[in-house]
Amino acid sequence: MSLAQLTLHEASDKLRKRELTSVELTEAVYQRIADTDDKVHAYLTLAREAALEQANRADEKLKQATDPAPLLGIPIALKDNFLTKGLRTTCASKILGDFIPPYDATTVDKVRSAGAVIIGKTNLDEFAMGSSVENSAFFATCNPWNLERIPGGSSGGSAAAVAADECIAALGTDTGGSIRQPAACCGIVGLKPTYGRVSRYGIIAFASSMDQVGPMTKDVRDAALLLEAIAGQDPADSTSINSSVPRYSAALNGDIKGLRLGIPKEYFVSGMQIEVGEAVRSAIRELEKHGAVIEEISLPHTEYAVAVYYIVATAEASSNLARYDGMRFGRRANGKDLIETYMISRDEGFGAEVKRRIMLGTYALSAGYYDAYYLKAQRVRTLIRKDFDAAFGRCDVIVTPTAPTTAFRLGEKTQDPLQMYLSDIYTISINLAGLPAISLPCGFDGEGMPIGLQIIGKHFDEATILRVADTYERATEWHKTKPRIQDR
Amino acid sequence: MKYEPIIGLEVHAQLLTESKIFCGCSTKFGQEPNQNTCPVCAGFPGVLPVLNRRVVEFAIKAGLATHCEIARSSILARKNYFYPDLPKGYQISQYELPVCTGGYIDVDIDGTQKRVRLTRIHMEEDAGKNIHDAHGDASLVDLNRAGVPLLEIVSEPDMRTAAEAGAYLRTLRQILQYLEVCDGNMEEGSFRCDANVSIRPAGSEILGTKIEIKNLNSFRAVERAIKFEIDRQIDTLSDGGTLIQQTRLWDENREETRSMRSKESAHDYRYFPDPDLLPLIIDDTWTDEVRVTLPELPATRKQRFAAEYTLPAYDAELLTARKDVADYFEAAVKVHPNAKALSNWIVGDLFRVLKERKLDDQLYISHWPVAAAHLAQLVQMIDHGKITGKIAKTVFEAMLDSNKPPQQIVGETGLEQVSDTGSIETAIDQVLASNPKQLAQYQSGNEKVFGYFVGQIVKATQGRANPQMVNEILREKLKTSVRQ
Amino acid sequence: MKLTREGIDRVAVLARLRLTPEEQASLTEDLDHILGYMEKLNQLDTADVEPFNHAVNIENTLRDDRVTNQPNADALLANAPARDATFFKVPKIIE
Repeated sequence: MSLAQLTLHEASDKLRKRELTSVELTEAVYQRIADTDDKVHAYLTLAREAALEQANRADEKLKQATDPAPLLGIPIALKDNFLTKGLRTTCASKILGDFIPPYDATTVDKVRSAGAVIIGKTNLDEFAMGSSVENSAFFATCNPWNLERIPGGSSGGSAAAVAADECIAALGTDTGGSIRQPAACCGIVGLKPTYGRVSRYGIIAFASSMDQVGPMTKDVRDAALLLEAIAGQDPADSTSINSSVPRYSAALNGDIKGLRLGIPKEYFVSGMQIEVGEAVRSAIRELEKHGAVIEEISLPHTEYAVAVYYIVATAEASSNLARYDGMRFGRRANGKDLIETYMISRDEGFGAEVKRRIMLGTYALSAGYYDAYYLKAQRVRTLIRKDFDAAFGRCDVIVTPTAPTTAFRLGEKTQDPLQMYLSDIYTISINLAGLPAISLPCGFDGEGMPIGLQIIGKHFDEATILRVADTYERATEWHKTKPRIQDR
Repeated sequence: MKYEPIIGLEVHAQLLTESKIFCGCSTKFGQEPNQNTCPVCAGFPGVLPVLNRRVVEFAIKAGLATHCEIARSSILARKNYFYPDLPKGYQISQYELPVCTGGYIDVDIDGTQKRVRLTRIHMEEDAGKNIHDAHGDASLVDLNRAGVPLLEIVSEPDMRTAAEAGAYLRTLRQILQYLEVCDGNMEEGSFRCDANVSIRPAGSEILGTKIEIKNLNSFRAVERAIKFEIDRQIDTLSDGGTLIQQTRLWDENREETRSMRSKESAHDYRYFPDPDLLPLIIDDTWTDEVRVTLPELPATRKQRFAAEYTLPAYDAELLTARKDVADYFEAAVKVHPNAKALSNWIVGDLFRVLKERKLDDQLYISHWPVAAAHLAQLVQMIDHGKITGKIAKTVFEAMLDSNKPPQQIVGETGLEQVSDTGSIETAIDQVLASNPKQLAQYQSGNEKVFGYFVGQIVKATQGRANPQMVNEILREKLKTSVRQ
Repeated sequence: MKLTREGIDRVAVLARLRLTPEEQASLTEDLDHILGYMEKLNQLDTADVEPFNHAVNIENTLRDDRVTNQPNADALLANAPARDATFFKVPKIIE
């Protein structure tokens, strides 16, 4: 077994016991990348030299440390919408050109300070807009379980890298399901924290009121450890909450007796792949065996969530992406005058999906339409939030499938934007309400593709969803199954 | 047809904070281009704004000083448009829920009071600067100014003449200077004004077409531009033409307004609440904390000076035009209560020195050439007969920058007033003796020669002789000499 | 609310995007499709509902008025497509 197959906590343990060095571990990961990434295409940029330097420093620290931080010496991958100082950041777009950020995102700074080794930047849908990574300006990423399938998106590169052991753990971002859905597609754990739990400073903004950074890992304990390292208030982010970070990893005690599992009837509808429904129901039964109780709930405004998301998120995005104008960084085209320069730079720099969303968002905010679209959508968003508030009066967590189907084939759905949007339906409401949610594997379909189970919690109750997820994981073996990456 | 002008003014005041509104860059003027910038104010990917508390304080201060209602909850909003000096592609401003609403400023126009109501005051960030490249095919962008905090102060269209507009502007500026939130320098761009001018038939309730005038870089420009525009609009309508809503630029050289060449008729700014910033909550505690820091405002202070110190309105106005001068005056009066004399010294001699040394360019003079207490002591010495008024002028000059009290200077240079009869008599006798011709002229009836003798005595005593005594004793001696 | 050709053009100018005729056509279709889906929202009566403000209930994250940044024009200009000394150089702006 390659060292690259270790989980974060296993690797941390071995590093602490000096059974392993960070340099060995890092080299093993790069070897694995060399062996498989020509098939998976998870990475956009690798930073081997810098990584080995970091690994060396970590090894120095490990020699002296009595109680090293869990992340010390651990190779981590970052989605390429995290700004990394001195390391090219593209957001999977041409418009950033060869942009080399002059600063680190806060979460990058945190993992660096904790001693992690940054392996490289992973592929995503351009500007995080999409759910398959097919919208990357550079190339598509393939699902390690079946190279003809999508890895999910937009954090598909990070998900694939974790699933293929091309890193020990990764960070992604989730605006409408972008951590959870690829986690489900790739059979790994992905957690979207409560909005405000983790700093957004240095993450290329998509929808400011929904974006969150979260861990993508091989198991639940890893997710807990990584979340501990990145959570906390950031004075540079006005929307980050000032509340202490619990020791999530210490709360994984397997005790869910009496815990009420909310099962929303609007999520278990036709259109769901049969095996998905079966796997999720089976998972719920497993949780009941451990003492949890089922509570039927209703989230009546579920059907409006996608509409709300696509108005509010695109409106925010259209404004956030205005700064990509070729004036101060990134790619500039040659126009005959200022306006033309703007237009050609942005036309040549942005892909079709990004342009589509900018257009939609601009339209939703434009004079005469603000009330009908944006304001209306924000009112409906309140109703969606209220649905959850009411539901959490009757349950402690909500359990659903992460996605209605397993991973599509590459190219299968890209022609129909509406279909792609529908595949977001289980994840989007959670972003609108700002709730925490985790996806973890709960089975495979007839073609061997992973199925994801989603557990949604109350605001700032990551501890409970981690505990439920961990309890389930311990009783199953899904997380121990690895993809066999066949030749394309 | 008689037309009535309707004038509203929109002022942008740069705030005197140390750092910018949303980041920790310095607001200091005059740095190398792009030195006072960071990823946040330069609109780099991934950055987020964090609001400067002092900007809010200043907004509350300005609102309280102008009788506004301070919003308990106000929202920062994005105003979206593309321009190279606007790095994010949007300006963070306020739209639907500004920090202050309502309010008014009472303005004095040649003795009559006029109340100009305010629509709103809100916070926003300034844009950077575009400079045209020497080569002509490019422009250069300096983002030092991007993110500097501004207060936008919008008046109701309550003004009816250019003079009223000028008076309002001066009064508003004075208030902001008293509050020390803005230095009010129009020429340097820290206090900017756009005017909205329309006309309507006298007696009509319906507002006419509103035309905005930009590029007003001085108070003079504001008044002239408004005058010109009113006339232009009246002429246009009187000739049967129509007025289109537009923005016009004031041309300082040609002294006229002209239409902007801009192709975009109406901007669609697509305002929406900035999701990166929380609603700003201002509770009574905060408002009260700020209220306590408000200084006495200029209008009130002027009235009090006139009443309490029995000063003419003219003096009170000059002494309270600047807060630091008013503070100086009151510090001096505390030491010696001759308000009128102090007023004369300050308005005359001290102002002259301040102007010569361009010290009045600063918002708040930190280093006075003469300390208030020392000036007061100088007047006191005159009033107590220690020195003459004329000698005092010399002592004043010597006091500048010396930081010595007048008593010390007088002592060192022996400039005490001579008031003993003996010395004065001796001096007079000497002068009379050395000027027999003039004595003869006086004796033959030429009264004017008296002045000549006084002049000679002043010279002989280096101006130190008590003038009253000189007068009395000289008259006596001359009377006696005539009789002889 | 059907999107007209003029509507698309106007929005494209606002967004500083240049669209080819093909992009225009496919965009019109896409947006229509999605906007029709959005019409769904009108089914709901939201007269008494407050617009969503923020997911987190915190007040006033403010900073103190202190200069905390070190000047570093070069770092900022390092990615500039064009520069002139410490200025960003951009296409000529016609006032």
